[in-house]
Amino acid sequence: MAIDKFLVEASHIMMFARSVGDANPVYHDEEYAKKSDVGGIIAPPTFAQSSAQFDPNYFLRPKVGGEGWFGSGKEASGAKPSSGSGESGGGGAAMGLHAEQHFEYHLPVKAGDVLSATTKPGNSWEKESKRAGKLKFSESVTEYRNQNGDLVITATGVGVQTERAVDS
Amino acid sequence: MLKESEIKIGDIHTAILVEDLKRTQIVQYAGASGDYNPLHTDEIFTTQVAGYPSVFAHGMLSMGLTGTMLTDYVGDGTLKKYGVRFTNQVWPGDTLTSTATIIDIREQDGERVVDLQIETTNQNDVAVITGNATAKIES
Repeated sequence: MAIDKFLVEASHIMMFARSVGDANPVYHDEEYAKKSDVGGIIAPPTFAQSSAQFDPNYFLRPKVGGEGWFGSGKEASGAKPSSGSGESGGGGAAMGLHAEQHFEYHLPVKAGDVLSATTKPGNSWEKESKRAGKLKFSESVTEYRNQNGDLVITATGVGVQTERAVDS
Repeated sequence: MLKESEIKIGDIHTAILVEDLKRTQIVQYAGASGDYNPLHTDEIFTTQVAGYPSVFAHGMLSMGLTGTMLTDYVGDGTLKKYGVRFTNQVWPGDTLTSTATIIDIREQDGERVVDLQIETTNQNDVAVITGNATAKIES
């Protein structure tokens, strides 16, 4: 996966912060944020995950005029999930369920930044589990760089493909 | 930012992240993050096709909620590292509580930092997230 332009916008940060129950004004109040230590609206720690919005081929988003969607409509399932880029944000969703996620923060990410991202595969391994059968783990490492080419975040996601739905 | 003179190893910060998680909040996260996997928002697909008892939260929603606890504690823009394992699924109706425990205070690249152990549990005291974080502190 590669994302050429991940626009970090204040309104997107506001919506993202709301969705994770974060009322901190540093994510939505520009006046407050300017006077704070960080000097402006910044991205919350897991915001890089929303780079999926800027991956043109992200397979967990219904496409405009696309080839159908695997969620329910008239039937309980529509089309089969299309394959394609799904490793956005270093997340594991495309690889089944998300097992682990790690972020390293090198430089602050602020509203107005334009990031780019490249993802490379990492390690993979297998494990047997009582709750879901054979588990296939695979790692992906995404590097986010800002408009100056500086590395801002390294995100490592671990996805797991299960043999069957996880017993709870 | 945490002040070194005001913290010590073993200190614990606790916060309730969400009470009675609503499906609508999961939808809200799907919209904000861009992850529209129907396993999180489409009850019919998830129960009838995928074989789960109900839709469930994105792991990254749990990590995001836990991150809110974390930055409320360590301050804005101070995190150096934040990593988690998703140890159990989070379902609509869950109430999540999260704790950060100071396990070390040390020097890293010329800065003072704190290492935290993180755990988020549901209403049955089952861990849904375990993890670690490192944040800058004021010496």
